[in-house]
Amino acid sequence: MISAQIQTAAYLFASILFILSLGGLSSQETAKRGVWYGIVGMAIAILSTVLGDDVSGYVYIIIAIAIASLIGIIVARKVEMTAMPQLVAILHSFVGLAAVLVGFGSYIDPKAHALSGAEHTIHLVEVFIGVFIGAITFTGSIIAWGKLDGKIRSKPLLYPGRHTVNIILVIISIVLGVLFVQAEGTSGMLYLAIMTAIASFIGVMLVMAIGGADMPVVVSMLNSYSGWAAAAAGFMLGNDLLIVTGALVGSSGAILSIIMCEAMNRSFLSVIFGGFGDAPVATEGAIEGEVTSINHDEAAQLLRDAKKILIVPGYGMAVAKAQYPIYDMVQYLQSKGKEVTFGIHPVAGRLPGHMNVLLAEANVPYDIVLEMEEVNDDMDKTDVVMVIGANDIVNPGALDDASSPIYGMPVIEVWNATNVIVMKRSMATGYAGVQNPLFYKENTDMLYGDAKDSVDKINMALKS
Amino acid sequence: MKIGIPAEIHKDEPRVAATPQNVLRLQKQGFEVFIEKDAGLKSQYTNQEYVDAGAQVLDSAKEVYKTADIILKVQAPTPEEIKLMHKDQVSLSYLWPAQNDELLKQLATKGVNAIAMDAIPRISRAQKMDVLSSMANIAGYRAVIESANYFGRFLNGQITAAGKVDPAKVLVIGAGVAGLASIGTAHSLGAIVRAFDTRMEVEEQIQSMGAQFLKVEIEEDGSTDSGYSKVMSKEFIEAEMALFKEQAKDVDIIITTAQIPGRKAPVLILKEHVEVMKPGSVIVDLAASTGGNCELTKDGKVYTTDNGVTIIGKLDQLPKQASQLYGNNLAHLLDDMGKAENFKIDMDDDVVSRAMVTYNGKINWPPEPLPVSPQKPKAEVNVQVEEKESPEKIARKKAISTVISLGVIGLFLFLIGKVAPSEFMGHFTVFVLAVFVGWQVIWNVTHALHTPLMSVTNAISGIIVIGGLLQMQDSLSNPLSIIAFLAILVASINIVGGFFVTHRMLKMFKK
Repeated sequence: MISAQIQTAAYLFASILFILSLGGLSSQETAKRGVWYGIVGMAIAILSTVLGDDVSGYVYIIIAIAIASLIGIIVARKVEMTAMPQLVAILHSFVGLAAVLVGFGSYIDPKAHALSGAEHTIHLVEVFIGVFIGAITFTGSIIAWGKLDGKIRSKPLLYPGRHTVNIILVIISIVLGVLFVQAEGTSGMLYLAIMTAIASFIGVMLVMAIGGADMPVVVSMLNSYSGWAAAAAGFMLGNDLLIVTGALVGSSGAILSIIMCEAMNRSFLSVIFGGFGDAPVATEGAIEGEVTSINHDEAAQLLRDAKKILIVPGYGMAVAKAQYPIYDMVQYLQSKGKEVTFGIHPVAGRLPGHMNVLLAEANVPYDIVLEMEEVNDDMDKTDVVMVIGANDIVNPGALDDASSPIYGMPVIEVWNATNVIVMKRSMATGYAGVQNPLFYKENTDMLYGDAKDSVDKINMALKS
Repeated sequence: MKIGIPAEIHKDEPRVAATPQNVLRLQKQGFEVFIEKDAGLKSQYTNQEYVDAGAQVLDSAKEVYKTADIILKVQAPTPEEIKLMHKDQVSLSYLWPAQNDELLKQLATKGVNAIAMDAIPRISRAQKMDVLSSMANIAGYRAVIESANYFGRFLNGQITAAGKVDPAKVLVIGAGVAGLASIGTAHSLGAIVRAFDTRMEVEEQIQSMGAQFLKVEIEEDGSTDSGYSKVMSKEFIEAEMALFKEQAKDVDIIITTAQIPGRKAPVLILKEHVEVMKPGSVIVDLAASTGGNCELTKDGKVYTTDNGVTIIGKLDQLPKQASQLYGNNLAHLLDDMGKAENFKIDMDDDVVSRAMVTYNGKINWPPEPLPVSPQKPKAEVNVQVEEKESPEKIARKKAISTVISLGVIGLFLFLIGKVAPSEFMGHFTVFVLAVFVGWQVIWNVTHALHTPLMSVTNAISGIIVIGGLLQMQDSLSNPLSIIAFLAILVASINIVGGFFVTHRMLKMFKK
């Protein structure tokens, strides 16, 4: 058994490792090292806790961790890279659930009731807040998972007066909190349980109101919540390691949310409380020109004639799992001396950085995968842009149509290239529900069909 | 349906209405293609190429006219050719219906349904069939190449071991399709390009092609609904002439492209302008065939004036390229008319009804005027200009808001310190500092690694497992133990799964 001082020192060491772990992710070269820092930190944290004075019931601890490890490894091994958003969302819900459980446990833990006066009150407030955040994270993440997995329709569910309802629910929770703090012993359990139900409901409604295109924001927001939930648990247990780690994760999620919101030119609050769909619908019919389509042979011919090619992938590439044939095509084109790059919009896909992961899965070297600003500068020198399963992120309306709901969002300005090939399943609108004037531009040709199928056919045409 | 392509009989017409590539396309649309022998020779397409493309080569024009349901031609048919046509035959060609009353009458009497490609309305939908645009594009390109040929210097500026060469200065008048094509070509050859047009709306287009937009002092917009320019006021024209005179002294090459349909081209470059130009300068007049934009232009001739200015009044049309584009325009129109299978003359269709100048034995000309779409709404956009504040004012405002927010934070901390026990304050300190550290560290994470970042933070937030560990009791009969057991279980899934999947992802990233 180790003394409390050593335990504190171990916690401090673990905290440093966690900070280094997140810092390591600043570049691809150091990222792997970063993960190892995290793993070592976590091992030190768990070991030093288990070896501490307060812990008993080792058998159950070992059993629980063993089962969990098995489940964790199986899931992590099996998950497809295209399903990363779902996995991340469901893992968030676990943290939320754990926070709720720890909160309840802390409330019925006799040790906590040894406290008195202000300390006792503060402890109860901490429990209450911890459970509140945990419950919202739990149900919100489950809904997010359902939406990402297609089990729940991704259209925002909006009903009139929802803000009022949410505010009333929060007020009720505060009242319950006051009653809970005043209750003797564990008699406040009922209030805690009712509040948990209310918070769960808020979590559901919060995410139900958010549309598919805003999913990257939601996932990073829930990421942030799960951190705050852990920090709250740290307060209720008086454990600094939990507080530090929770705060790190919380601010990380918050920053990601801010980055995503900036990428869509939307305020954070309007994403959380608004839902994309209720923005004024653009006046339709103002779009000029005609949609022209081409076939795979013609697309291959365009590629053959081009010198500089840019590929802009979107969620459609993820759905069709087209990243492998795309890289085949890229390699072939490169072998013919063409310059091929990828341009990634910050909110392409359903998770921050989603496209990068998919391309990495297909072995695309990361030095040809560029960011939006980099490719926009070179757009007028680009001969052919292939837009694969993306829509809103290449919508010129975002720049010049003030009535468009996505007006002001920075987009990849593909129309400045000589030719644009848009691969799409149909003329349907993107998640934002806006028509895309790009399709009507003179230098844009549509290539309909499943992205993987189309790329396969272009590959055949190229090599024949 | 059978398509026939007779050879052009006009001696100065090198183009052909369909190239072998067009033939392939027409067959894809379901047409059978018949072509007169040697029709493509002047455009450098051999009979064999047509045969290879799947066309049937016929020996005489007579056979072509007899066999085909649809005739594709470049020049308007002559009376002799009309004699060979038959009733209900569809003919596609240039017709210039405004100037050719007699021709329309003959076509109507014969019962030929004639489409004038030059009468295709200039609306967005019909751009792909607009032969005037595609031919103007070629003329614009060619004008620069031709002028460079007669111009005795480089177009681009160079600094060489042998000395410095100044870039040529090119003035393009009229920024229609031809004008813009000239600007683009001259710019890409390295010349300094200036352009003038009476329509203010083209300023952006001119600049986008790489030229400087010249303006006269007087404000007057020459745009009309038809897309061509209107005749300007006297004051405007005087100012314009003064501008041209000034420019003529300075520039090396002038390319004029101003044409008004059905009328004589406006005279823009006067004798006195040419006289002030430097010897060796070149003028290319794309409006030569309709009277010329330059007073001294001789249609169909290239000559040099007494002061050494070369004036070009004829241009080679790049027949190979021109035939290809012209053929594409025709194919697009046939595509729109339903291809071979559903071929139909739909007089409710704006494009067809306007271009179909004779139909069912009647003359269908002139049509109602149709404005060019897209018409931008003329209404002024009401931009609310925010009052600009001086930098000092903004800085002061910023400072004030910083002071206020710091004050609020300080007050908040003071209140907490007043009620909270010391132990809480310790934790709170740790919490706030950790938020700051996290804030600083995370901004450095690259975009590409956001997904791994998320799964790592996910794994790390599994640290909540410690809460469960601390609550674990010896016996499972204690409800606390069960809760703790579940908490450990779900949190550990997170830790293991999160780290594992992150590792898997990062392994894939490689240079």
